[in-house]
Amino acid sequence: MAIDQATVRKIASLARIAISDAEAAAMEGELNGILGWVEQLGEVDVTGVEPMTAVIPNILRLRDDIVDADPLTGGNRRDDILANAPAPQHGFFGVPKVIE
Amino acid sequence: MTELTNLTVAEIRDGHRAGDFSAVEVAEAFNANVAGAKALNAFIVETPEHAIAAAKTADADRAAGTLKPLSGVPIGMKDLFATNGVQTTAASHMLEGFVPRYESTVSQKLWDAGCGMLGKLNLDQFAMGSSNETSYFGNVISPWKRKDGGNAALAPGGSSGGSSSAIAARLCPAATGTDTGGSIRQPAAFVGISGIKPTYGRCSRWGIVAFASSLDQAGPMARDVKDCAIMLENMAGFDPKDATSLNLPVPNWEAALSSDLKGKKVGIPKEYRLEGIDPDIDAMWDAGIAMLKDAGAEVVDISLPHTKYALPAYYIIAPAEASSNLARYDGVRYGLRDLPEKAGLQDMYAATRADGFGPEVKRRIMIGTYVLSAGFYDAYYTQAQKVRTLIARDFEQAFGVCDVILAPTAPSAAFGLGEKTADPLAMYLNDVFAVPASLAGLPAMSVPAALNREGLPLGLQIIGKAFDEQGVLNAGLAIEERAGFNARAEKWW
Repeated sequence: MAIDQATVRKIASLARIAISDAEAAAMEGELNGILGWVEQLGEVDVTGVEPMTAVIPNILRLRDDIVDADPLTGGNRRDDILANAPAPQHGFFGVPKVIE
Repeated sequence: MTELTNLTVAEIRDGHRAGDFSAVEVAEAFNANVAGAKALNAFIVETPEHAIAAAKTADADRAAGTLKPLSGVPIGMKDLFATNGVQTTAASHMLEGFVPRYESTVSQKLWDAGCGMLGKLNLDQFAMGSSNETSYFGNVISPWKRKDGGNAALAPGGSSGGSSSAIAARLCPAATGTDTGGSIRQPAAFVGISGIKPTYGRCSRWGIVAFASSLDQAGPMARDVKDCAIMLENMAGFDPKDATSLNLPVPNWEAALSSDLKGKKVGIPKEYRLEGIDPDIDAMWDAGIAMLKDAGAEVVDISLPHTKYALPAYYIIAPAEASSNLARYDGVRYGLRDLPEKAGLQDMYAATRADGFGPEVKRRIMIGTYVLSAGFYDAYYTQAQKVRTLIARDFEQAFGVCDVILAPTAPSAAFGLGEKTADPLAMYLNDVFAVPASLAGLPAMSVPAALNREGLPLGLQIIGKAFDEQGVLNAGLAIEERAGFNARAEKWW
């Protein structure tokens, strides 16, 4: 199905990407081209076929119920986690004011 | 003595072990090549000091008798792997200046094995691209030129194009790559080197910047099959930090290498014979069939009936996963922040993502967002996942009658930079032979097999059963020995 510029803007807003009118116009053609092409999948008979969820059969492991079991992925790494934040403040991630 | 930068990984490892040269000499030689090849734009960050430090350790370890499996071997690291203390960008503006405080599992394993790092290799932005023209840090250029009197800059393939260009130009003996829909195999084919994508789950994805998590898989790129086996042994292995990591022992692929294919059956998929394809590609494929027969294999015709649907399914599934994975780049926790005046939080997200992502990344996030949105999820995403099941089933049935599958790696030789950028679909079609194995999670490798009429390398692809990297490597070795491919790009950079 063809998508129009209003739909392009709606997708962009869902994706949290600001776009200009010119970009929306350019993207309308590109997205329609790609979506028109993928629509050939509709002709495949998938009756009784399960959608793939795991490409190689594997058992989902649960980690041990221990706090900070892995020093790399556990806690007490505040400074490391904030090290690349654009605006850290007082040990937190800073964001623009959300509440008036 | 041969130039150190012409040695393979195995030759460097063994020569260092034997005391023929020091690891510092090797690192210095490669550092010099890296420094002298800026025209290729293969590296985003050069780390000569890292390579030298590892080399000094390797030399000390040799003196102390505590050599590690890859002591003395410097490598290139695709800039998709998080490296502790070294900028990791995924070739994006979004992550420019990002310096991880942790190390990816695969890179850590290579350092533990004794490798040094020559630098972080350029790639298509967030690994999205087939030509290395989407990097924020500029195009990577292939060292190869067409023999047509022209001087066109050629694509090194993508997304691991920094890796392929650097290896072909002797800036490193081997490098890491990642393959989501052909990103190791296609660039390897374009520059005349080898590369293997192992079974999905063999290499940990922990610390690799995510593109499409159900497809992304790390693997090595190197000049020959043996080096790929050596590198893969040192990259693979179970990692509890990656839920999709396979809890299986890592085989000794190098030790079991054998090009004797007696008793093996090689499947030739009829659906890969595309109408109107470059005759050089078909001729190379036929030559490859003859080589495998010569190695003792029996050749059988097979059918993979859903092949034509693999690319469209891929271009739903990969963008869908990408739109979800790349939601993390919000200007809050790391990376770029673009805060227009008086902007609220939502405006900051939108401005940051508009500024930080390149056009191809935005295009894929938009496609992914659309196919996952309410009302379209079943028509696009669920349908694609069902087709993916059928594609995997095609392979399963084929492997009932054969051990490995032989096909071309890509439908063309390297194309010129800019030749395909105007049409995203034309670019996507370049991955037509690589994507099916990715969707099915199977091990697959590319080995250089011939030069085309323009003097450019062409690659043959071997696809194997899940977990059978050995079968893939062995068939690759049989081709390598018979093709005798030793062409290399003339130095112009």
